[in-house]
Amino acid sequence: MNKVAADLTRTLGSERVLWEREHLATYGFDGTAALYAQAGCVVLPKTTGEVTQVVRYAAQHKIPVVTRGSGTGLSGGSVPVHGCIVLCLVLMDRVLELDQKNLTIHVESGVVTQKVAELAEAAGLLYPPDPGSMKISTIGGNVAENSGGLRGLKYGVTRDYVMGLEVVLANGETVAFGNKCVKDVAGYSMKDVFIGSEGTLGIITKVLLQLVPKPRAKKTLLASFSQMDAAAETVSAIIAAKIIPCTLEFLDRITIKCVEEYAHLGLPLDAEAILLMETDGYPVVVEEEAQQMAEIARNHGAMAVQLAESAEESIQLTTARRMAFSALARVSPTTILEDATVPRSELANMIRFIQQTAAKYEVTVGTFGHMGDGNLHPTFLTNEKNAAEMARVEKAMEEIFDQAVSLGGTITGEHGVGLAKKAYLPKAIGDASLGLMRQLKRTLDPDNILNTGKIFD
Amino acid sequence: MATQEELHQAVLKIGRANPVGRRGASKYLRRLDYSVLQQCIHCGMCLPTCPTYDETKLERNSPRGRIALMRRIADGQLEVTQAFGQELYFCLGCLTCQTACPAGIRYGEMFEHARADIERVGVLRNPVRDLVRALTLGWMFTRPQALRTVGRLVWLYQASGAEFLVRQLKLTRLLPMPLRALEPLTPRMQQHFSDALIRPVETPANQKYRVGLLTGCVQDLAFSHVNRDTADALLANGCEVVTPRAQFCCGSIHAHNGELELAKQMARRNLDAFDLERLDAVITNAAGCGTHLKNYGHLLQNDPAFAERAVKWSAKLRDIHEWLAEIGIRAPAASIPQTVTYHEACHLCHGQKITRQPRQILQAIPGLELVELPESAWCCGSAGIYNITQPEMSQKLLRRKMANIATTRAQVVASANPGCSVQLQAAVRESNLKLKIAHPISLLARAYRKSEAQG
Repeated sequence: MNKVAADLTRTLGSERVLWEREHLATYGFDGTAALYAQAGCVVLPKTTGEVTQVVRYAAQHKIPVVTRGSGTGLSGGSVPVHGCIVLCLVLMDRVLELDQKNLTIHVESGVVTQKVAELAEAAGLLYPPDPGSMKISTIGGNVAENSGGLRGLKYGVTRDYVMGLEVVLANGETVAFGNKCVKDVAGYSMKDVFIGSEGTLGIITKVLLQLVPKPRAKKTLLASFSQMDAAAETVSAIIAAKIIPCTLEFLDRITIKCVEEYAHLGLPLDAEAILLMETDGYPVVVEEEAQQMAEIARNHGAMAVQLAESAEESIQLTTARRMAFSALARVSPTTILEDATVPRSELANMIRFIQQTAAKYEVTVGTFGHMGDGNLHPTFLTNEKNAAEMARVEKAMEEIFDQAVSLGGTITGEHGVGLAKKAYLPKAIGDASLGLMRQLKRTLDPDNILNTGKIFD
Repeated sequence: MATQEELHQAVLKIGRANPVGRRGASKYLRRLDYSVLQQCIHCGMCLPTCPTYDETKLERNSPRGRIALMRRIADGQLEVTQAFGQELYFCLGCLTCQTACPAGIRYGEMFEHARADIERVGVLRNPVRDLVRALTLGWMFTRPQALRTVGRLVWLYQASGAEFLVRQLKLTRLLPMPLRALEPLTPRMQQHFSDALIRPVETPANQKYRVGLLTGCVQDLAFSHVNRDTADALLANGCEVVTPRAQFCCGSIHAHNGELELAKQMARRNLDAFDLERLDAVITNAAGCGTHLKNYGHLLQNDPAFAERAVKWSAKLRDIHEWLAEIGIRAPAASIPQTVTYHEACHLCHGQKITRQPRQILQAIPGLELVELPESAWCCGSAGIYNITQPEMSQKLLRRKMANIATTRAQVVASANPGCSVQLQAAVRESNLKLKIAHPISLLARAYRKSEAQG
């Protein structure tokens, strides 16, 4: 046992400090491809007090602390720094309060997102952010990465639902920000500094979330197009018609082919795009909007439009989109899921660019994603053991990110920078912005112990 | 009841019991096609569905964690150690992760190779374990005659009243711990085994198909009536039933416990026992066996003498529910008014992805009310011999299962795997419940028999 593990064992007890190789190897990665580093030890605190003790110890000995929940991140944000203390918060999973008068839920950060969604649902409410990993991702991780999901266009992202946070700072001090008030302008909105900070500014231990009333009805449509532009114009026309659908998801040709080969749903293989659309709200309005959306799709040259008549049909129509990632992930040993994002108006341009770039570098890229908010998921199907191909993947990725930025977009819409996007960040945000971020980091974490080397050096 | 904390500590203690032990390099995992290990994209979607991770919340106790260890071992960055051995025997092998995985991992294959490495390096060896393995895997489950003799002796012990006396006098307390835990899990042996109940060939009046029937090993001794019921259900649906006398254990117990070479031997013997060309399908009614039997093609792919036949075998192998649904089941006329809930055997729903068909069969029985079981696809803790090797975790899962069953208020739990049935039966006996445990096909066969009796 190393000294750090021995010292922390005295604080947390032997059962919540892991140091054996067989344990450390299983905490050496997150959901990101081809990243691995071994921690010095992993600790599993159960209270904010215990987090404080660990952070104080780390601060005193200047040891990096990498905080994680379930380790589902897609930018390497929770991959250990060699020899660090991994602070795994999955045992801090208490639900503290569901307040039906103020429509809030107060939870510890290790609570799984799905649990929040289920508790809200049981109370006739909705917690809208629905990242793809919500069945196991923790709320703390969602806040630290400011996760998105499929409902971004209408409902926004995690940040829009965070009303308050409890954070342990790099010096071990515990601070609470925010409250149940919708309006609060007492000073800077400090909670917003920590949302999306990827564990580099503080350790989020409790989260107060806002819930909304559950929509009474939902209607699902599926349309296929022979041109990506037609799909994109359909989306623009729907929004111009003053309809804000809760779902506007698309699959490109390669993704359609992979889904069809895997699941045999009878998808049109000659289509360039499939668009999944959903609208929710009051039953009468939903019905009218769905008809309008179908008409807009037809007017923009849709090859076929299906409108679900029942809940079962609705599930059927969403199957292709739900299976998109699975179908792609089966094709090759290594799957790299990216999240370049552009303004909605540039979406068709961007998709075309991705397809051209993939062809240029002879790599396979299936693209699907959130057409309503311009958040694309170009998914590279490759093999990390094939160095030559990986080099081409790198090049293609760099061009794709450059293009996203030049179209007024961003290198990451919802996965965060972590390690995977670190190299692209300076070009994407510029020196002034990066300088300010560094200054903030130095102020809050002068010894650079919190998730050291993530986002920027 | 062990709290999560206690279990957590127990698991850690196992891992730390003897840090200096045997260790060694991998042979099996290294030989495994590397892309099988690479297929895991470590997204974590398996975590919430894994019964062991759900209890401890430790990465090592999750499929993703175990695969990470296997991959490091295959890469030569970690050795096969005692802690690795204990971890892979803490895994139930329930294959729930295969259902949850978006990337389509073949966990079963990795798991079998990992356990084969563990046995080859011998990181868990001790004299008692070695003896038990030699007696069961090496002797009893490779020789049908030996198994039947043991079955006969156990039947005598149970039927003669000796078991009753031993239990009344609490003599089981004299047994050493592992055996004491095992005693209540001994399946109740049948007086007549399958050969005495089923003729080598049985032909229905309106024959449409000809199928081979696998009678199994445990199924043959403790559930021979289920085999008879399976034959009856097949006959009632126009299938001639061919039941070869010389059948062998399918070898799943060997494959799951690190004896891949023995498993291949058993597969070859079974291939020799059936004349595949003359059969439309080969039928099994035991979920655990079914997953493995369907895998013969893969298991023997490098065996020039058997590879081709093994592929044909896999293509013809059907679980009984799957087969009846495929050919279109004839609904029985007589009604059986009972409330039934359906517990899904892991190797049926996760191993073979058969979920709809058993429910269809139950719903085809007039008068039978099927009540859905909450968490129906969550392992009951039987998991082959897991209830013997990991009694603590197994009991936790069994209690969870029984609590879910209680909410359904069903009179009968239908379950299509001998292991699950023995496990559930033990819980029923221990708590003196009125609950009946039955194979779905037994319920169906009963309805057919009742229909015939009513003319």
